Amino acid sequence: MKFRIYRYDPEKDSSPYMKDYDVALEPSDRMLLDALVRIKSQDDSLSLRRSCREGVCGSDAMNINGKNGLACITKLADLREPVELRPLPGLPVIRDLIVDMSQFFKQYHSIRPYLRNEEPPPERERLQSPAEREELDGLYECILCACCSTACPSFWWNPDKFVGPAGLLAAYRFIADSRDQATNDRLDDLEDPYRLFRCHSIMNCVDVCPKGLNPTHAIGKIKEVMVKRMV
Amino acid sequence: MALPTRKFDAVVVGAGGAGLRAALQLSEAGLKVGVLSKVFPTRSHTVAAQGGIGASLGNMGDDSWLWHMYDTVKGSDYLGDQDAIEFMCRMAPEVVYELEHFGMPFDRNNDGTVYQRPFGGHSQNFGERPVQRSCCAADRTGHAMLHTLYQRNVRANTVFFVEWMALDLVRDASGQVLGVTAMEMETGEVWMFHARATLFATGGAGRIFAASTNAFINTGDGLGMAARAGIPLEDMEFWQFHPTGVAGAGVLITEGVRGEGGYLLNKDGERFMERYAPTMKDLASRDVVSRAMATEIKEGRGCGKDADYILLKLDHLGVDVIEKRLPGIREIAKKFANVDPVRDPIPVVPTCHYQMGGIPTNYHGEVVVPAGDDPAVVVPGFYAAGECACASVHGANRLGTNSLTDLLVFGKASGNRVIEFLRENPGHKDLPADAAERTLARLARLDGQTGGESVHEVGAAMRRTMQAHCGVFRFPDMLTEGVEQIRAVSERVKRTEIKDKSRTFNTARVEALELENLIEVARATMVSAEARQESRGAHDRADHHQRDDVNWLKHTLWYRDDDRLDYKPVKMKPLTAETFEPKVRSY
Repeated sequence: MKFRIYRYDPEKDSSPYMKDYDVALEPSDRMLLDALVRIKSQDDSLSLRRSCREGVCGSDAMNINGKNGLACITKLADLREPVELRPLPGLPVIRDLIVDMSQFFKQYHSIRPYLRNEEPPPERERLQSPAEREELDGLYECILCACCSTACPSFWWNPDKFVGPAGLLAAYRFIADSRDQATNDRLDDLEDPYRLFRCHSIMNCVDVCPKGLNPTHAIGKIKEVMVKRMV
Repeated sequence: MALPTRKFDAVVVGAGGAGLRAALQLSEAGLKVGVLSKVFPTRSHTVAAQGGIGASLGNMGDDSWLWHMYDTVKGSDYLGDQDAIEFMCRMAPEVVYELEHFGMPFDRNNDGTVYQRPFGGHSQNFGERPVQRSCCAADRTGHAMLHTLYQRNVRANTVFFVEWMALDLVRDASGQVLGVTAMEMETGEVWMFHARATLFATGGAGRIFAASTNAFINTGDGLGMAARAGIPLEDMEFWQFHPTGVAGAGVLITEGVRGEGGYLLNKDGERFMERYAPTMKDLASRDVVSRAMATEIKEGRGCGKDADYILLKLDHLGVDVIEKRLPGIREIAKKFANVDPVRDPIPVVPTCHYQMGGIPTNYHGEVVVPAGDDPAVVVPGFYAAGECACASVHGANRLGTNSLTDLLVFGKASGNRVIEFLRENPGHKDLPADAAERTLARLARLDGQTGGESVHEVGAAMRRTMQAHCGVFRFPDMLTEGVEQIRAVSERVKRTEIKDKSRTFNTARVEALELENLIEVARATMVSAEARQESRGAHDRADHHQRDDVNWLKHTLWYRDDDRLDYKPVKMKPLTAETFEPKVRSY
């Protein structure tokens, strides 16, 4: 199977280049990550992140034939050749398919991604009805792979100011949690021309999310709560 | 040569469930703690846990920590230390409530309490009937837990060193542990982390086997570092083969599927577990179910054209239950097995999943080694928790859900113990002059190696050897041969060569260093397994079919030097409960 892979090692390459690979696969190689591991067994200089190989750790996000996705759950049979692989767009490249994710995590951290409830906890669990818990479905499952934020033109333009789809999905995860008491504070923090309102509902995030989540919907819900608070 | 040095009160190596829980304890106590992780914390392998956390909350009916303790002792095939098991089962509800207070999105009952599902080997009233004890977030419990713990650490301003790989443990002449050396992957720089206390939470080494549910990062780094520093590894012959790995892919399908009512079928459509475990059936403990499956396959009742797998049926649960309780499983089955479990059964095989053994500790998380007549003398400054540690709560076989319980309970307990130690031991002890020597020698060897074999080839040889010689069923001649072969592979590991010499994010170098850790674990496993002449829990020998409490109710200790073995007694005396005496184990 044929691949064209973005290569760049700042120690020896003056600029990035695309390298062609033609690799004989085994029947057990079903996912793109299987092929990459096989390529790496022949060319150990190819660098990429990977861990769980089942789509829950979020390590191996990359741009696959022009679209962001996880290599470990992308079936080889579904890819047209040569399979063109690039690092996630919009973030600085450290080497080959490995990007510097500092900006992405900085935005995630900026929404204060933890439950805020200053009341002394009860001896047992805090109670939450199944309906209240259901509000978190589609939100808590995010794996922080950055497929969404790095597919978002607004994030490309303002990665320092726009929280981005992943961070906003997390923000709404806590706003929607019946146990969290900081909704007002969270909304104040997002009520800003950039942090929330740079989202123009382009919906690239929804298109690429490997977990089938919908950040645009969550962003809409944040705006809804904001409007409700004003009236 | 001296390395650039950073000083901390405590260094935690690993940022999975145990590492994060321990780090939280230390950060919230106001200590200067540095957490090293090969991957961003939420990518640690805890993220892949599915089914739940075992704790006797009693939300779904009567339950008690004593029943949980009984199940765990019985599940361990009586090899677990009963003081540690009592401690874990008593503490379990408290750490689960804490996790809920941290924001964990547990599933809920109509009354607002945490939903609990049945799980293998967990019972009411000392084995009478299955109990609902597994606290879960759909089938993504590990993911929800890991993210919640990370988030809580963000709140506590824990300092993380992300994509740093710890390389070697630093001990002084007295044996006290003074920190680790570590490499920043992005730059290739090597630093000394000089710490008053060092806590390993480095996870398991399931990647010694060819077929494994484990992530690529599960390379036993903590075990390799400990072994090279002269610390023995305990009970390494005990590896859990999870009954339901996706055939061919190895990806895990949670026992929660059977907890929710799914069951296993052979090629005749027979629900065969009824024959092997009349009371608990498909919810017998994992070693029992995996052996039953392997037996069905061996005797020609496997499914498919090669009769080499078993079917896991769950379509009768209905699309609503599957979508609500097992959505991740549906996703995995579609992607990795090409079946939609709403209609069709999932092809599964027993797959290496969990390492019961590890770095020997007591129930405070202190690392303990034999010295003189005492089988368990504390190594000052050294702690371990989670899968890399052997407390031992899992003995010869771990019950489902008890791994997450272990991470929370012993993560917290070891953190607390470190705090006490730091209070009593102010100030850093001086590093020995040769503190960095082993690390620098390893790196120099790798950089200078010519004419060696590739890491990929040698690693594949190790995985094949382990798979063929040390699987679900073990045979004496295969084990003897396995010891010779794995020793030969071990020699080859000393001469691996990488072509890539770059300092920038050199994953080839990382994989070579990981293989040096894996091979210690592989050798420990094979040598310990060959020596143990009985069948207990996950260790099943064709020549000694029975458990032998007269000769083998004891823990193995393997030392790296000359593959030396030693043994120490099982702690049969709980903290407050009565001892559960070994008896015949049936489900």
